[in-house]
Formats: sequence, structure tokens, C-alpha cells
Amino acid sequence: MEPVKLKSCLKRIKERVDLKEHQIINTNTTDFPNAYTGSTDGDFDINKFTKGVRVDIISEKEDELEFDLVGVDAAIANSLRRILLAEVPTMAIEKVYVYNNTSLIQDEVLAHRLGLIPIKADPRMFEYRQPDQEEGSAEDTISFALKVKCTHNSSAPADATQPDILYKHNNVYTRDMVWVPVGNQADLYPEGSVAPVHPDILINKLKPGQILDLRMDCVKGIGRDHAKFSPVATAHYRLLPEITLTQPITGTDAHKLKECFSDGVIGIRTNDNDEAYVANARLDTCSREVFRHDNLKDKVLLSRVRDHFIFSVESTGALPAATLVSEALKVLMKKCTDLREKLEHDEDS
Amino acid sequence: MDSNLSAPIKDIKEKWKLLPAFLMVKGLVKQHTDSFNYFVNVGIKNIVRANSTITCETDRKFYLKYLDIRVGKPELEEGFGINRTDITPHECRLRDVTYAAPITVDIEYTEGQQRVVNNNLVIGRMPIMLKSSKCVLFNKTPSQMAKLNECPLDPGGYFIVRGTEKVILIQEQLSKNRIIVDVDRKGIVGCSVQSSTHEKKVKTNLVMKKTRFYLKQNSFNEDIPVVVIFKAMGVQCEQEILQMIGGEEMIATAMIPCFEECHQLQIFTKDQALKFIGQKVKRSMRSEKTKKSRMEEAREVLQSTILAHVPVENWNFQLKACYVALMLRRVILARNDAADIDDRDYVGNKRLELAGQLLSLLFEDLFKKFNAELVEMIEKKNKAPKSRAGPFDIKNKFKSTSQFTNGLVTAISSGNWIIKRFKMDRAGVTQVLSRLSYISCLGMMTRISSQFEKTRKVSGPRSLQPSQWGMLCPSDTPEGEACGLVKNLALMTHITTDLDEGPIIRLCYNLGVEEIFLMGSEQLTSSLNYLVFLNGNILGIIRGFRRLLQTFKKLRRAGLINEFISISPNHAHRCIYISSDAGRVCRPYIIVENGEPKVNSEHIENLSAGLRTFDDFLYDGMVEYLDCNEENDALIAVYEKDINMNTTHLEIEPFTLLGVCAGLIPYPHHNQSPRNTYQCAMGKQAMGSIAYNQRNRIDTLMYNLVYAQAPMVKSKTIELINFEKLPAGQNATVAVMSYSGYDIEDALVLNKASLDRGFGRCLVYRNQKCILKSYNNGTFDKVMGPMLDADTREPLWRHQALDADGIATPGEKVENKQLLVNKAMPTVTNTLQTRNESCDYREVPITYKAPLPSYIEKVMLSGNPEESCIIKLLLRQTRRPEIGDKFSSRHGQKGVCGLIVPQEDMPFSERGICPDIIMNPHGYPSRMTVGKLMECIGGKAGVMDGKFRYGTAFGGSKVADASETLVKHGFNYLGKDYLTSGVTGEALNAYIFMGPIYYQKLKHMVVDKMHARSKGPRAVLTRQPTEGRSRDGGLRLGEMERDCLIGYGASMLLLERLMISSDSFQVDVCNGCGLLGYSSWCNYCKSSSQIASIKMPYACKLLFQELQSMNIIPRLTLKRYNQ
Repeated sequence: MEPVKLKSCLKRIKERVDLKEHQIINTNTTDFPNAYTGSTDGDFDINKFTKGVRVDIISEKEDELEFDLVGVDAAIANSLRRILLAEVPTMAIEKVYVYNNTSLIQDEVLAHRLGLIPIKADPRMFEYRQPDQEEGSAEDTISFALKVKCTHNSSAPADATQPDILYKHNNVYTRDMVWVPVGNQADLYPEGSVAPVHPDILINKLKPGQILDLRMDCVKGIGRDHAKFSPVATAHYRLLPEITLTQPITGTDAHKLKECFSDGVIGIRTNDNDEAYVANARLDTCSREVFRHDNLKDKVLLSRVRDHFIFSVESTGALPAATLVSEALKVLMKKCTDLREKLEHDEDS
Repeated sequence: MDSNLSAPIKDIKEKWKLLPAFLMVKGLVKQHTDSFNYFVNVGIKNIVRANSTITCETDRKFYLKYLDIRVGKPELEEGFGINRTDITPHECRLRDVTYAAPITVDIEYTEGQQRVVNNNLVIGRMPIMLKSSKCVLFNKTPSQMAKLNECPLDPGGYFIVRGTEKVILIQEQLSKNRIIVDVDRKGIVGCSVQSSTHEKKVKTNLVMKKTRFYLKQNSFNEDIPVVVIFKAMGVQCEQEILQMIGGEEMIATAMIPCFEECHQLQIFTKDQALKFIGQKVKRSMRSEKTKKSRMEEAREVLQSTILAHVPVENWNFQLKACYVALMLRRVILARNDAADIDDRDYVGNKRLELAGQLLSLLFEDLFKKFNAELVEMIEKKNKAPKSRAGPFDIKNKFKSTSQFTNGLVTAISSGNWIIKRFKMDRAGVTQVLSRLSYISCLGMMTRISSQFEKTRKVSGPRSLQPSQWGMLCPSDTPEGEACGLVKNLALMTHITTDLDEGPIIRLCYNLGVEEIFLMGSEQLTSSLNYLVFLNGNILGIIRGFRRLLQTFKKLRRAGLINEFISISPNHAHRCIYISSDAGRVCRPYIIVENGEPKVNSEHIENLSAGLRTFDDFLYDGMVEYLDCNEENDALIAVYEKDINMNTTHLEIEPFTLLGVCAGLIPYPHHNQSPRNTYQCAMGKQAMGSIAYNQRNRIDTLMYNLVYAQAPMVKSKTIELINFEKLPAGQNATVAVMSYSGYDIEDALVLNKASLDRGFGRCLVYRNQKCILKSYNNGTFDKVMGPMLDADTREPLWRHQALDADGIATPGEKVENKQLLVNKAMPTVTNTLQTRNESCDYREVPITYKAPLPSYIEKVMLSGNPEESCIIKLLLRQTRRPEIGDKFSSRHGQKGVCGLIVPQEDMPFSERGICPDIIMNPHGYPSRMTVGKLMECIGGKAGVMDGKFRYGTAFGGSKVADASETLVKHGFNYLGKDYLTSGVTGEALNAYIFMGPIYYQKLKHMVVDKMHARSKGPRAVLTRQPTEGRSRDGGLRLGEMERDCLIGYGASMLLLERLMISSDSFQVDVCNGCGLLGYSSWCNYCKSSSQIASIKMPYACKLLFQELQSMNIIPRLTLKRYNQ
């Protein structure tokens, strides 16, 4: 084989993940030292690396963030994702003191439901509660109270049948949770800054006479311990899609091709023979519909850019998504320094 | 005209809507309630009418007559003569009482010279079937049901006896009063008839021995030659006998040896024959009271015992003789043509016995016994000297209601149906209604148990019969020993009840059936005539049977004859069979005439608009019920496209051939058949919601799923049985891939975050009962408050859960060995004590025994007529899935959880979706559950466009449509996704099939099974470790394990396992006599000189002693081990 061709071939393997009809090839990275004997291709060079790394924020909302992470290895992107899911701390209800619960939902189930409610409180302001500690302090605990009693609505019209009209407080929502400041918390945090993220999460349904009287303690924790501490609804990434048309596709085939992809992926040049072109490969959702058409499947190459991660982070609301990412990076950095210290310490001894 | 005929028949749009309409009228358990209603309203009156008058031999003037009998409304006797009529079934469940209604009679009798009428005497209490016409739940709206604390979706059809819900299972039997030609084990053709009347149940056999035919019956010492029977029945002319059987040459040749034998026996006349038979009548069959001659006896046996169901009036045996002739004819024909042998397993030859019939048997027996005792009592009184003061009051006998009540209640609660008169002794007729899930409850109501022995290794009764089509579910049967013997009804099956024969007989005679008394015997077998049978009895002869059939069906379709009377010809038998008896299975079909279904889309539209009901279809002659025998005379098209000019009927919907349990499976027609059978068994173990009143129930064991979901892919059956309202499972996102190696052998890998968020979380409820008794000496049990620690004044740890009243507080957590009720019992309960004398109490606490703690959900305090006070506690545990818990999809694919993986390690898709369950792909190829793949694609598409999809059997949503929907939403056509590994962060090499599949959590959980012990309790007798988890038993080193150790030669390990760690025992042995001594003393030798102390298993010592007690002396000879 010609050296040039081999080189371009290796380059492709290094840079692209190829999607075939029934399998995905070149999924593994080869970007590490001695991936190819005698080649210095994968050797790590910090200058080259820093030059290559790029972060582009695509869209940013309070709870949602989409950004491109370019020029890093899958391991790094994945670490970020894993830390976001499991290691960035948040506050969540951990202990529920049931003084009275005559509702239909059992105490344990109710406690589980309450635990999953996202709490708006900056976890950075709090400490982890020590395992031997029974009672919470102002530094590690947020306390809520929930006291609801359902009653008959005396002003309901006689012909009413809907429970919402017939009864008062028949639905218990998160907005009914009252923050009870512990210690000097009332001075530290303004009124309303500590609350459930969403006021309209339905906790329980009551019938007249049923009472709910609870105290809830929130503590700081991480998603690895329980999913309720996970700060994200989900955090994931995908690789940037790349669609290559190996042959010009024109006419009805071009329209067919357009149909095979999500809207906006394929454009058609409206000249005399309607030639298809790749307009925005990023929008492709990997339906691989094109492979079902025999006349098209050999004319299209589907692949992914190996080091271009389209990251999307969806926050549960405790912290803004962007803050979560920087928090996650802090955790990652802490891990690195910890490891380094450990290594250095080991070397010393 | 021509083009009109050849045009394809239009599909009837949504004709499945007939099915909910049918279920509205008939319901899933209508067969049970119908049968019970018939018994309570009609059958019980017939029984009493048949035995209405009681006379007494010693007092000729006396009589007692039952004027009427009624079963009232359910009520409860609260003691002190107070009867509460406002009881509800739910109250009975909670209070452990029987849901029963009084049986009242009106009687008329003579008292001396006077005639006395007594009305409304309560003779006993009849347990009432829920939702039957006597039940308080009858015809109640859902809101009324809710007021009564009852679930509106509960099917009813069961009894509540002493607080437990009992179902009388449907019993399958061979039909009575029908001729069955059969081959015995030696390959000889014979024929048998099971006659069943109110008085008698007898079996009459026609057997062949060495080319001759004999009649075999239990009341005869030996078999009687048939010709003798004919002669005894008054058919003395041999030509006539032959004519009755049939004039064919084949028959004549077969009969020659029989005639010959009769001649050899020198029997020519009726008297000779009767005398001959009289000698063979068994001694025990003779009545002792009246001396009758042998001939009279023989005549009586012939009249009442042989073929008891064939009526004999004024000693005219002609009908019976014809019947015997017919039996003989069938046997002779079947000898030459195996096709004439009847199939015992054919569904048309079966009858299903329901609660009503079984109860009526029991009641009739009790009633006869009651009357016999009454007569005995009167006779005893008449014989006794008149000195006794006061006139005898018959009402005394009627005062005690326990005879009927106990008889019925014990039979239902124990399931033992013993009726001595019919030599009936059946066990396991009733079963406790399984409330594990809604489906298990429904499944139990449609279950049919067979009388066949389970141990017999015959394939016939177990195999799937073609005639089961549409009547019995082909999938729903247990595995193992009861396979094929326990069956389930299909969705549209109806079981008939008894119908009056009188009008049918009259109708038949009007339609040209002629009585055989008027016929010559050769007419019986004439090729022009067909015999007409009604419920197994010969009605007469018809010439031109087609006219009879047509008219009969027309009249039935017009609603002039009951819809459940079936008529069908059997051309091989040259017979018309009309049936109106109880227990036939039948199902509705759309009538097709001239290639045109009678139901059209317009009718269905009217149905959905509420302008028509199912009964309208029936009475307008558009739909009719066919039983299994009539189905054979019909040409039934499954789909409209199959209709041709000969078609007589059209299926309403093919999926109705499945039962309730199989109806849950999506796309069952794409699965390998046994998988559907497995799912039928597993659906009953799935946790979910049981009933709307589940939180009010205090069951011994109840499993609930915390967040049960309706399945994404449902079926018509699911909608019809309201499974969506009481679901048992969750839609899990399943990725079919290999992960970690902890997924081999069907193990599943679960996502920890899913579990954190509530997937598969379940509640386990158990109850604990405590009865406080009062004793005859005036003492009674007490509940004491918690005991306090002397120093701290805090309750003891064991008493921590107790409230001040000594019963555990609701909401409190109880741990192993903590007290639930601090009950104390008086030490003296038999001797009388004066009231004010204080008595000693002994503590008999109810403790909580389980490795894991529970919470007290609720405490119930109540009383019932038998026990003075009952306390019921409901205990609750919440469990999250753990490694080893069992899950299953709806395709017979069960698996245990093998690994729980944190979310970050799970693979995720382009959209960030990560699976709840990872399933190994090896589960598919050998199981061939294609339906599961289809469910996955359907479910995925359903999630994307927000619609439920149908996986109804033989139909359902098309998979291609679902796939197109997937493509539209940017997914792959085949349902395979591009996944990224959560561990490496790189893409997986294969596309992964992923989507939602409905998963059931099964009741088998590790915490209930996990067991290990080091040391622990021992059995008292053998001093060996106890057995079983419940007794904290040891793990047995069994025979095979022992063999391994022997083979290996690990003798010390053997010794340690089998003796030292088990039941090692130090024993003194006298080497002089070889017997066991005691305290270094041999009581046999009266010396201690040769005593040696050795170790042996306690069981060995026990064996020696037991042998000694049987006069066998085991002597031990001891030697030093180094000698």
C-alpha cells in the first residue's frame, strides 16, 4: 500500500468513528502513546493539546446547557459526564420525621417521594453531615415542615362532584413545604431562597380529615449514594455527526436522501438537477434510514468526529447548568491533584 | 344479482365491540353466579319439592309437608338473638365470619288431630356467593360498591367462609346419561353409561367377553348375557331383539353367539330370564325390610338401577330395551370401524360442574339426612311410653340451625365434598382465592379442575383437543403434574344451567317426532329415520330430520326457545341430539345466512351508540350460542373473507379463544407456544395492585407495587378485564446487550438510579392475629400494657412498639422478637372460680418473628360469634429490588437481578436515555419470543407519539407502522440505537436494540428465601439440627454429598459433619452384654466392670432403644481401636 494512503487511512481511524449499516467501527481511540509501533503520533504534548482544546457554548438557559467540547479524549469527556451524574453534590431530603400521616401513602413511600424533590439551595454553602451525627446543625441541614389538613369546602356548590371543588387542601404540593431555618440560617439566606425548585410537584392527595404533619431534613450528598442527590436530570454527550456524500446525488434520489435524515440535515440545491448537499450534519439523530435504501446506501458515509463532543447538561434546578459544569470540573481537578499528591507521596516513601 | 353474490363480503367494522357487550351481560365469572343463582332460586325449591312430604310408619296420621323454601338476604348473628342484616362482604372478611343468608322454610304438619302451619322457620345458613342475586353487591353501581368497601372491579363468584375467600373450582366431568363407546386396556370395545338422576348415580357397562356381550353392573354378582336382559325386559322374541339392534348382516353375525348362550342357559321366557337375573343380584342390594321374591328383586333392579336415567312407567321396559339395543349396536359398529369409538376427551362429551350444582348435591344430602333424623325422632317418641310430660314439638328439631350451616360451611372451607349416598368423596373442590394479583384472582375464577388422577401417565386427557377451540384457553395450563388437567375458560365461554325439559319434549312431538312405543322395532334402525335424543334419553323417531333441525333453530333464533338449548345431528349415529342440561360449554357466534353475516357495521354502530345491547343481537337472531356439539354441525368462518355460501356462522373475534391470563400477552401469536404458557403461570405471581379496596383489606399476605403502570403495549383483553386500572408491572427501558457477565443465564442488570427513583419498589403486607378468649370458668384473656424498666421508667426494648393498651401502635417499627400484643392468659381455665377472686395470669405474647423489621400499618379490634374478641394487626415492609429478586416480561422470560449498576456506568443513547434493565441477547434465539421484540418496537413508537399500542392476539398494531413512527422521530427503523458506553465513554461496537418492555416483578424475593446458619435449634427427638428456613434449620449434608466425601476419603470431615456437628452423644456401653448402660452402670449385668464410654450419634442410640422396644436386641462389641 502506498504510504500516503496508509497515512490517510490511519488519520481517518484516529479522527473518525464510522457508522456502518450493522456495526460501528473504529470506536476505540488510538490517541495514546505507542498505539502504533514506531509512531510518535499518540505521544502526549501539552502544547499541542492545549492548542486543540476548545469549548463552544451553543445554547445556555438556566436549567439547560449545550456546549461543544472539542479536542479532548473520550475519557475526559466521560469523566465530566460521570462526575456531573454522580459526584457533584446537592441538597436533598434525607430524613423525614413523621408526626402524623393519615393519608393513603405509606410513610416510607412518602419519604421516598419527598426525597426525590429537587431543593433550591446552594450546596456549596453546606457541609456534609457526619455519619455519627443524629441532629443537624445550621451548617449541614436545611429543614422543612409540611403540615396539611384536608377539609370539606363549605362554600362548594351543592352539585359539585370534583374533589378540587369539594375539598380544601386535597392536593399537597411542594409549595406547601415551609422552610424552617436552623440556627442562624434565617440571617444567612433571604426568605424564599431556600425552597423546592418547583412549587407545583404533587406530593400527596388527601381526603377530608386526613392530616400530614412532617418535618424533613435535607442534607448534602452525591448522586453515587442516591439518585436524588444527582444535580442533573441527565448529562450526556454525543459525537458530532459527519455525513459524506461519496457520489453526487441528484433528482428524486436527492429528495429521498433528504427524507432519510432529520429536518435540515440535507439541503437540495434547487438548480436544474436538484443536487443534494449536507447542510447541517449536527442535526442528524443517527436513524441510519439511508441504509435501508439500496440505491443510496453506497453513496453515503456516516461517521462521527471522535474528539468533538456535543455535551448537554440538564439541571434539576438547584444550581444553574453552567455552574454545575464548573463544579464538576472542580471535582475533576480535585481528583487529579489528589492522585498527584498520592503518587508523589508514594514516591517519597 | 350474480355480481352481488361474487362481491367480497365487507368487513364488519369493529365487531369486537360485541365482546364488551357480551361481557357486560355475562361477565367473566357469570358462570359461577348464574349457577349459584339457579340453585338458590330454582334448584333448592326443586329439591324440597321432590322430598316435600314426610310420613311416619308408626303414626299413620302424621305428616309433615314443606310448603316452600327460601334463601334470604345475608345477615349476621351477633349473639343474643340479634341478627344484623346490614353486613357487607368486606366486614365478613375482616371479622373472620361467614357471609351467609338464612334458609327459611314453611311447613305444614299434624299435631294430634290438628293441622299446623308454621312459616319462616330458619333451618340453617347458606354461604352466599358474592355478586349473586342474594348478595348485597348484586346490581350495585361502582359508587355504591365503594360505599360498601368493595372493589367495583372485583369479579365476585366466590364465598367468604370464616373470613377466608373460597372459590368452588369448576369441575370437569364426563357427561352423564350419554352412551360412550370405548376401548379398554386389552383393546376390547365396550360401552358405558353413567346414569345420574336425583335418586341414583350408577354406571352400566356393556362388555364383550369371547365374542359374547354381557351387561356389567355393580348390583350383579356376575355379568349378565345381554339377550337375557332383553328377555327380562319383555322382549322375548329373538327376531325382535335383532330388529331392535339392527338388521345388518354384520350385526346378525355378531349376535349369534349371544343367542346361542341364552339357549344354552335354557332361558326363553321373561320369567326364566328374571329368575336367572334374580340369582345374580348382590345380597347387599336387597332390601331387608320387605321380603320380595328373587324375580321381583330382579325386576326392581332392572327398573331402578340398570340405566337408571331411562324412565320405566308401569313396568313397560320398551324404552330401556331400545336403549340397551342401541348400546349394543354402537359397540358392534365400533368393532368394525374405529371411527365410531367415542373420544372421552372430546369437549362435547364433558360437562362442567359449578358451585350451584355442587352445593345442590350437598344440600340435598343434608336435607335428606335432616328429614331422616326427623322421622327417627318422631318414631322414637311414638314408641316411648306416654308418660313423658308435654306434647312433642316438631319445632324443636327446627330450632337448631347448626346441621345445615355446619354441613355447608365445613364443606366449603375444607373443600371435602363427601356425599355418602352417591359414594362421592372429593377433596380439594374449593380453594382459597389467590389475591396475589388481580390476574391471579381472575385466573382462579376461570379455572377448571379435572377429576383425573394427576399421577396417571396418560397423554389423552392432558393434550390439547381441537374441540377446545374457543371454549378453553390453549395456553393457560400449569406446568408439571397438573399439566393439561387444570384448564381455563376462554374469554367468551358460557356454561349453561339446567333448563326445563317439558316444553322441549312437547315441541319435539309437535314437530313430528314420534314416540317409539308406537313403532315397530324395525323402525328403530330404519335408514329413513333418525332417533331423537333429549339429554341422553330417547325421545322418539323422526323422518326428515332436516326439517326438525331447521325449525328448531328458527324457533331458537326467534327467541321462542331458550338460547342455550342445542340441537345437532350425528349422521354416524343417525341421531339428533338435543341438549338442555347444565354444564355444557358454549360461546356466541354471528349467524351467517346465504353468505351474508346477519350483523353489519350499522348494527355495531348502534351498539356503540347504546341503541342495542348484546341481548338484542341474540333476540334478533343475529348472534347465537353454539355448544361444542352444535359447532360440529356448523361451518364457522374466522374472518369475513373466509365466508362462502356454505358458511353458517362467523367468529366474533379470534382473540377470544384465549383466556384471561393469556390475553395479557402482547403479540402472543408470534411467540413460541410454551412461552405463552409460562407467562400465564407467571402473570399470576406478578405484583401490582390487587383491588381498589386493597388498603382496607387485612390479608395474610399481600404484595403491592408502589408505582404500577399500565403497559405501553396493551391488548383488547387488557382493556376488557380492566388490567389497566389494576396493573401489575412497569414499563422498563430495556437494552438487549451483554454487560459485565453478571447477566448470564437470564440474569438482568438493573440501573441503580432507576431503583432509587422507585422502579420495582414493592410493599409486602402481612397480618398477625390475636384472639382473646373467655373461658368456661368465667376467666378471660387479658391484654396488658407495656412493661417498664425499673430504673429508667422507659418501656423494655421488647415492649417498645406497644401502646398503653398493650397492642402495637400503628406507624411504629417492630423488630424481630418485639411484642405485637402483650396478651396474658389465666393459668386456671377449667375449674370454676368465683368472680371476685383474682386469678393468676401467664404471659402469652404475640411476638414479631422475621429477620427484617416491619411497620404497623393498622390495628383492628373486633369480635365474632365464636371468639369473643379478635385483634388483627397489619404489618408492612417496603422493599427495593436487590440482587436475586425475580423479574419477568410478559413473554415467559423470567430472570433474576444479577447486578445493580450505577447510572454513570450504564450505556446511554444519543438523547441521553439510559436503560433501566439490560438483558442478555442470548435470551432470544432459543426462546423465539418474537412478540417481545414487537412489544419493544411498539412500545418505543408509542412513547414517541404518546399513544398506546395494541398487541392483541391475531391482530394488533402493525410493527411496520411502529417502525415508520420511529423513523419519523429520528430513530432507527429496526429499533436499534447508537449507544455510548458509560464506562469508557466510547461508542459501543454494535447498535443496541432498546425500548420499553413491560416488566413484572414476581413475588419471589431473596429476602424471603435467604438462609444460612452456624449453630441453632435442634429437633427434640433426634437432637439433630432442625430442617427448613422457618425453623432456622441447618444446611443438610445429604446422601450424595456424603458419597462424595466417602469417595474422596475424607473420613474425619465425614465424622465431623455427620456426628460431631450434628447429634454427637456420649453413651455408656457395657462390653459384657453389649447393651447401653447408664451412669457407668450396666443394669443388665448389674455391674460396672466392663462399662466403656463412647460417642455415637444420638439417632443411633435412639435406634437401639427403639429396636429393644420391639424385642430386637442390638448388642455392641467394643474393641480398642489399636487392637
